[in-house]
Amino acid sequence: MRRSPLLVASAIAVYLFLYVPLAVVVVFSFNDSKLSAEWVGFTTSWYAKLVRNDEMLKAATNSLVIAVVAAAAATVLGTMAGIAMHRYKSRLLPFMVLTPIAMPEILLGVSLLIFFITTFGEESLSLLTVIVAHTTFCIGFVAIIVRARLAGMDESIFEAARDLGATPWQTFRLVTLPLITPGVIAGALMAFTLSIDDFVITFFTAGAGVPTLPLTIYTMVKVAVTPEVNALSTLLMLLTLTLIVVAGKIAPDAIGGKG
Amino acid sequence: MSATESAPRSASSQGSGLVRWLTSAPPLAFLTIFFLVPSLIMVGASFRFPGELGALAPLFGPGAEGEETGLTLENYQVFLGDTIYVQIFVKSFGVAALTTLACLVMAYPVALLIARSPKRHRNLLVLLCVLPFASNFLVRVYAWMIILGPFDLLFSRLAVLVGMVYVHLPFMILPLYTNLEKHDPTLLDAAQDLGASAWNRFWRVTFPLSLPGIFSGSALVFIPVLGMFAIPEILGGKDDWLVGNLIKESFLGTRDWPFGSMLSLMLTFAVLAIAGLAAWLARRGVARA
Repeated sequence: MRRSPLLVASAIAVYLFLYVPLAVVVVFSFNDSKLSAEWVGFTTSWYAKLVRNDEMLKAATNSLVIAVVAAAAATVLGTMAGIAMHRYKSRLLPFMVLTPIAMPEILLGVSLLIFFITTFGEESLSLLTVIVAHTTFCIGFVAIIVRARLAGMDESIFEAARDLGATPWQTFRLVTLPLITPGVIAGALMAFTLSIDDFVITFFTAGAGVPTLPLTIYTMVKVAVTPEVNALSTLLMLLTLTLIVVAGKIAPDAIGGKG
Repeated sequence: MSATESAPRSASSQGSGLVRWLTSAPPLAFLTIFFLVPSLIMVGASFRFPGELGALAPLFGPGAEGEETGLTLENYQVFLGDTIYVQIFVKSFGVAALTTLACLVMAYPVALLIARSPKRHRNLLVLLCVLPFASNFLVRVYAWMIILGPFDLLFSRLAVLVGMVYVHLPFMILPLYTNLEKHDPTLLDAAQDLGASAWNRFWRVTFPLSLPGIFSGSALVFIPVLGMFAIPEILGGKDDWLVGNLIKESFLGTRDWPFGSMLSLMLTFAVLAIAGLAAWLARRGVARA
């Protein structure tokens, strides 16, 4: 088809714009200098330093616990919402499910901050409040993926199950659930990725005692920038990249529509 | 299409009210408690006084010493009374508009190239646009700290814009590509047969047809930029504060929650207006095409 050299050249320039900065981060994570201004020599010492850093391990553990629990909760609630949104015409449910992800994150962050502190007190900000906050915004993403999966299916399968005498529960357990499983898994992985990467909502709901990896990056970037940030960033990139590859293997169709 | 539309009715008519209740009630209850109620508390907070030690002053009865209690319009009066707040809102809209425009200019060639590539290459090319998203948002901002630092461009309006564009570009590429991919290539052949130049084929055929994609992509870029505080904070100087920074400072810096709540509400209205405008323009774009 029509692809002028100008079009190809400008598209390549944009792809470079997307990748060069990340390449710079990775390259300088191996730089044997405290400053990221020029290349001095190859070292893996920043990674070694990172692994020995207790604060960092604590943050990594927090991030992992939050992401696992929030993804699990959001998967259950989001799957329910996705099914309900597909089967029943209601304006309320889509509004409640989709608004939190359509608004700027800071709005959900500050409203949950007010809610937690006025309802449960100044000391209530903890791992649990972060998990609840993450669940709230992940539900929508899971619901969208599950609904998309259902929308692509032939409705006559469910009618056949009913005609053959299956109760609604049997239809759900034996027909619907196995069919939507790839969507549910993709939704769970998506929720996990969003949770482990989230900065803004965590920032407002974590309080002082719950460092997570993104919060740690933020502090490092604001206080003292060392190649340790590059090393941590590179490791985080590898983690999310792995998750995307895994998700793509399990549910190739569902991942393409995540935009 | 008609099969899926009739299905919900046949399902509910068969008395599966229990299934409906079981699937709708848990997410609705959760989101009522942790989304709707907090939002309403925030709306209420925007009409209250700040507490002496931050947070909120009590609604009834005597507060602590020096604390005013009850309801007030003061937060709104302060906002409208000093032009600096309106200026920051205007500046935020300006930065969001510039970011959106820059994203559009950069996203268009990529989306067009993907849409005009052979089918077997398209998924890979789309994946290549989304992959940088696999890195943490702060990492992508930090990358520009490293790059712009040596050139003395850090802590400037330009740095903020570059960061905003970099973080939001895929949000423009994806809807644009989804739209462009559906265009019928024979339209361009027809235009060519009728003597249209390459530029006219783009400007009078492809571009107008892509307007719905442009509008949805623009909303996806414009709205998050409005609420962003980390990029101005990390890449910008003090002059580059946007609404998001103001809100963040009200909650965590000065701890004036009522003022922060009022600002959040204003941001919500701004977002709703933009989303409404984008939806209206997209519909008009479809109607015209």
